[in-house]
Amino acid sequence: MTISFEIPEHVQQQADMAKMAAEFFMRPASRELDENEHQRPDIFVQNIWPVMREMQKKTLDKLAMPPTDGEKKPERQSTQNLRLMLMIEMLSWGDAGVYLCLPGGSLGGAAIEAVGTPEQKLRFLRRFAEGEIPSWGAMAMTEPGAGSDTSAIQTTAVFDKEANQWVLNGEKIFCTNGKLALDESDGLVVVWASIDRSAGRAGMRPFVVEAGTPGVKVTKTEIKHGIRASDTASIVLDNARIPADNILGSPEVQREGGGGFKGAMATFDATRPLVSASALGIGRASLEFVKEKLAEESVEILYNLPYHKLSAIQRDVLEMEAQLKAAYLLTLRAIILLDQRQPNNLESAMSKAKAGKVVTQISQKAVELLGPMGYSREWLAEKWMRDAKINDIFEGTGQINTLIVARRILGYSSKELG
Amino acid sequence: MVSFTPTPEQQQLIDTVRRYAANDIRPITHESDEGGGFPASVIDKGWQIGLVPTAIPEALGGLGEMSALTGALAAEELAFGDLSAALAVMTPALFAYPVSLYGTEEQREVWLPPFLEEKAPKVTAALLEPGIFFDAHDLKTTATLEGAKVRLNGAKAYVPLAGDADMMLVYAKNSETGGADAYLVGRGADGLEIEGEEKLMGLRALSTYRVKLNDVRVDLPSRLGGAAGFDYQVVLNRSRVALAALAVGVARASFEYARDYAKERQAFGAPIATKQAIAFMLAEAAIEVDAARLMVWEAAWQLDQGQDASKAAYLAKQYADKAALTVTDSGVQVLGGYGFIREYPVERWLRNARGFTTFEGLAIV
Repeated sequence: MTISFEIPEHVQQQADMAKMAAEFFMRPASRELDENEHQRPDIFVQNIWPVMREMQKKTLDKLAMPPTDGEKKPERQSTQNLRLMLMIEMLSWGDAGVYLCLPGGSLGGAAIEAVGTPEQKLRFLRRFAEGEIPSWGAMAMTEPGAGSDTSAIQTTAVFDKEANQWVLNGEKIFCTNGKLALDESDGLVVVWASIDRSAGRAGMRPFVVEAGTPGVKVTKTEIKHGIRASDTASIVLDNARIPADNILGSPEVQREGGGGFKGAMATFDATRPLVSASALGIGRASLEFVKEKLAEESVEILYNLPYHKLSAIQRDVLEMEAQLKAAYLLTLRAIILLDQRQPNNLESAMSKAKAGKVVTQISQKAVELLGPMGYSREWLAEKWMRDAKINDIFEGTGQINTLIVARRILGYSSKELG
Repeated sequence: MVSFTPTPEQQQLIDTVRRYAANDIRPITHESDEGGGFPASVIDKGWQIGLVPTAIPEALGGLGEMSALTGALAAEELAFGDLSAALAVMTPALFAYPVSLYGTEEQREVWLPPFLEEKAPKVTAALLEPGIFFDAHDLKTTATLEGAKVRLNGAKAYVPLAGDADMMLVYAKNSETGGADAYLVGRGADGLEIEGEEKLMGLRALSTYRVKLNDVRVDLPSRLGGAAGFDYQVVLNRSRVALAALAVGVARASFEYARDYAKERQAFGAPIATKQAIAFMLAEAAIEVDAARLMVWEAAWQLDQGQDASKAAYLAKQYADKAALTVTDSGVQVLGGYGFIREYPVERWLRNARGFTTFEGLAIV
């Protein structure tokens, strides 16, 4: 092992292809999709689906392979998450709202991949790897009364022994892609519910709810500040019955040690840096655009001048660039740890806290620096600012991620540092 | 492939420097800062870790392993001990590295072997200049060619250990080309005036000097790199990476101290670290330290790959300069009133960190 920043060529090639897709299928439609909220980004979806299907098929094929015994070759560092990071960054450079409509399992798929049994993985994830028509996955955790404090979740799952089914009741909100997953495709939603309200967080479990399940209904899609191309759904579960083995993790409640909940929360370690990656893409778009427009006005950004020789604008741009790079490197580190199959809870929270904050600031600064044109809907800078903000909110707000960092560096439990 | 794990050799070096910082530097930082600096024996021991001889070309008896990344790893650990001590230990490199990289064959053969000795040669380099508008790319010190001689004029500041130095590398603007030259100037040169020790806000355990050059005449062969000169930008890049790595070390020192303090200090019936107001300051400090370090590593890696690291080095230094200041300020804040008392180290780290936006050319990897 040695410290290196070398992105393998085949990974870079994929990122370049993602950038091309962003240029051809996302940017030209960006404004229109933002102005017409909830319009489906068909051109992007149609063109990207065969690519995603192929990628997901490869992942699934690996899962389906029986574990090989005997001599094991020294495992090479995986590039799975690195590829994903750079691809997401580039697609979000194209359009972060449209990126969220990327066909596939999304956060729901990630949860299944992280904590599902091999059988569950094959059963649930197959739909994201085949067919002419794409499908989507989603994750439903938030409720009207339970945001960052997931222990306040009211949705219940009661086991019906006779029918060998779980019966879900409750209301979920802010479910990204909920409508795509349930109403517009043969997708699935991973729903968080309590199997024992008296057990608090230890009683929380994720359940796979498939499209077409009776008693599951999308009741609303939010109108939002940004990422308007992506649907954010409210879902009502009214005696929704799902098979017994649609529970992810153990159906037993272990009151000590957090049990299944803790394991399931670990999916966030994998998904947070991917949200950071999306933020980075918006930051990159904003910064590149500002530099391009400044260059047209003969304002050049130099990397050699002492502070007193920099104009206020140059200082701002350099600060944006340094901050974006810092967020990029923190994200890269969290991602590489994932690919090395090492714990990354601290690093993942760091990347998300940093990227969410600085990309929000960068995109806001871009609007400022571009003056009357920055604020105009003629250009995309104002849209990127609106798109950026969500990255400091979903998958754990900046504050929640900072809290996780604080607990890790201090060695405190959530009880000791609330 | 991207990875953030040092090589086993680098890890060994980190451990060695960490032990040196903990056992030799830390116990005497306070008194060294209050007056007198570090004892020569402590700085000698730092020299004996062998950072510079490793970088000297193999042909001359060194190991020929000049890695900016390895240098940056060591620099962070040294500064974690103390910034003044770190700069004192690293001062010989200010002379040895540019000569290693760009010296003519003759210059290397003559000037480098002393760096393989048990004791460090007494050398330094003069880059910074007094005045509020210093610009490394527009030096006010001039070098004017006069036949086979060169005439140097100007004033230098923050020249570390110049009081004892037998030789120093002086950076000056070539009056003809406008580019940067560097000249080897011996202690006794006519017109070279080492003024009194500077009195600074921080770095109080490091002796730095103002140096005046009044028509100092040097022979042409003492021009670094001879007629070909040298790549000033690379020297600046290496210096920026070194200083940024040192800034990370200072910031980390303050962060770790404040973190440990906050877990001990009781208020309202609990350790103050259990309050989000304190815990968040510490969390943000941890993020900034890590972010700055990653930027340093990337720039250092680019240098080692032979890539143009100008942009990465500039941004890393800009970032680390700021991070060091905010993190060390938080350190003082977490300690409250005690933070303001000189018996506690956090105020020293704040004073030292404040200097990084000024420092240029004080260290090199």
